[in-house]
Amino acid sequence: MTLHGEEPGKADSPRKTENSGKIDESRKVDESGKTDEFGKKLGMWLFLYTEIILFGGLFVLYAVYFSRYTQDFIEGGKELNQMYGVVNTIILLISSFALAAAITAIQRSQKKIALWGLGVSLCCGLIFLINKYFEWEHKIALGIYPNSDRLVDGPPGQNIFFGLYYIITGLHGIHIIIGMSLLAVSMAFVQAGKVTANGFALVENSGLYWHLVDLIWIFIFPLFYLIL
Amino acid sequence: MEKKDHVFDYRTLFYVLLALVALTGITVGASHINLGKLNVWVALCIASAKASLVLIIFMHLRFESRLVIVSFLSTVFFLAIMIGFIFWDVGFR
Repeated sequence: MTLHGEEPGKADSPRKTENSGKIDESRKVDESGKTDEFGKKLGMWLFLYTEIILFGGLFVLYAVYFSRYTQDFIEGGKELNQMYGVVNTIILLISSFALAAAITAIQRSQKKIALWGLGVSLCCGLIFLINKYFEWEHKIALGIYPNSDRLVDGPPGQNIFFGLYYIITGLHGIHIIIGMSLLAVSMAFVQAGKVTANGFALVENSGLYWHLVDLIWIFIFPLFYLIL
Repeated sequence: MEKKDHVFDYRTLFYVLLALVALTGITVGASHINLGKLNVWVALCIASAKASLVLIIFMHLRFESRLVIVSFLSTVFFLAIMIGFIFWDVGFR
């Protein structure tokens, strides 16, 4: 196994891995021989797995209580406005597309398109949060919030349903904020010219995180808005 | 030096977006048809299809190294065990 940085003059030639005959382009280094693009990406994927398990655990809670209080969950689902869910889903799908387009733009060294893509994703995240604000405000006005009288005195299944609703969408919202921060940082770095087609791990990893946030919502959406 | 990763062109990405929006429409429509117990499974299947598109195209899993693909599938497998065994337990109490 060759070590990165051993041959600084030969940074341009891709290294062959021992395992396969073909060249593993993703394992190359830049001229200083110090970065590890593949390692950075792998690290992000490993972190994403922990996020998947995190939300997976919450979905397991949902699944178990859904099987126990099916009717209450269905009644609870009727209280939620499907349109909020659909709009938020579309918004996040568009944001993922914009982000993927931004990655392509960076790979082709098209800085302006990259900035547009990141900017659109960021705006979509903001619109999502604003939507969520109105949705929650609406529910809270109806007396549906954690530990409200209406929930505590009502059927236990509905209490659990809305408890899960706030926890899961709330945690997801926090992830949206984190993702937006990453996107903003990415935009700054792209603008400053610090991101190139040779090394764009920051943007790629921010993109992976954002896509994960979209992925999680893709599963949240049917669980809460499509039980009718 | 050009990174020789596969680069998805904008048109492909856009088509994937259209597919995702279409699947969203289908799943919303399906939720309004009463299929009894099947509704949940249909919704989850369509959600999985959407997730797969996002993972394979937007997240570049299609062109990732074997290590990433295998570790990702292992995570899903672990999740399946977690969900499956919990139901195995809770379902028979």
